[in-house]
Amino acid sequence: MITAERKPMEELIECLRPYHRILLVGCNECVTVCSAGGRKEVGILSSALQMAFMKEGKTLEIREITLERQCDPEYIEELVTDISQAEAVMSMACGCGVQEIAKRFKEKPVFPAVNTSFMGASEQQGVWAERCQGCGDCVLGITGGICPVARCSKQLFNGPCGGSTTGKCEINPDIDCAWQLIWDRMKALGIEENYEKNMPPKDWRTSRGGGPRTIIREDLAK
Amino acid sequence: MEKFEPVIVAFCCNYCAYTAADMAGSKRLCYPPNIKIIRVPCSGKVDAIHIIKALEKGADGVLVAGCLEGDCHFKNGNIEASKKVTYIKNLLDEIGIGGERVEMVLMSAGMGERFAQTAIDITKKIRVLGPNPAKSFTPDKASNDL
Repeated sequence: MITAERKPMEELIECLRPYHRILLVGCNECVTVCSAGGRKEVGILSSALQMAFMKEGKTLEIREITLERQCDPEYIEELVTDISQAEAVMSMACGCGVQEIAKRFKEKPVFPAVNTSFMGASEQQGVWAERCQGCGDCVLGITGGICPVARCSKQLFNGPCGGSTTGKCEINPDIDCAWQLIWDRMKALGIEENYEKNMPPKDWRTSRGGGPRTIIREDLAK
Repeated sequence: MEKFEPVIVAFCCNYCAYTAADMAGSKRLCYPPNIKIIRVPCSGKVDAIHIIKALEKGADGVLVAGCLEGDCHFKNGNIEASKKVTYIKNLLDEIGIGGERVEMVLMSAGMGERFAQTAIDITKKIRVLGPNPAKSFTPDKASNDL
């Protein structure tokens, strides 16, 4: 999922200070799962904003809505009625959702309520960790299902650096050394010979090196 | 000046604090009528949104009362509740309402005196803090948003 964290309240309050009627939009997808921008978080933020402004003697009218997905124009269309009554929009979705709203409703200011962080997985209740960087050329099949791009701090492709100590990364001792994990997994799978194979320099053009990316499925695209 | 009478919402676990409140009543212990009890099946059922909505709708303080550590009927509901209380305290501090308006207390079903004393203490504390700064908000408007 795409993970996110709510921005500091001070920043959000400053964004909304000039407005009196806002639409607070949540998303039922990734940000719901990572408890950053689902229906419940919309309710909590709405109350927090109301109280913050009431303290200053200002009434802020907030309408709450949570869309099934904010990254699809079909769902964004559901905002038409509510958005017409609002002076500004605050989105609790990832950056994709915020941009979809901005694209569809060009005349309305849109503010992000969360900082979009990374593509990650849930390690335990309330803990999410980065797992994928969307490099566009997946090597998980060779590395035993552990990604050296997202999980090695230095994105090394041929074994660990000299900073790997007792299975931990020198950048942060709380982080597992990706190459230790890869080696352990290779051993468990009996494919240690993969470790000996020299991986050529990665072609980063499939990643962000080639600029913003687009996927076109000819059979589906109109 | 009119004396400020705070409204304090107390989410009380059915297995401990709610029974303790009952016990306080049976023992004829006096505690301030400012405490408005909401019975919940476990303090772990109380979510951040319940606490903040209570404050938004005009409560001056919120009390979450759960079982003693290790005594939760659902294993760790009280621990979960205290984490949510901490989260809301931080959020209230961030918006300048003050996290001290929310408290988590632990007690057993037999602690009638403890419940009465907690009620006295928190009422005193909220009275010192004064009314919830967001109280002038019109409740009718808030309910339309839900």
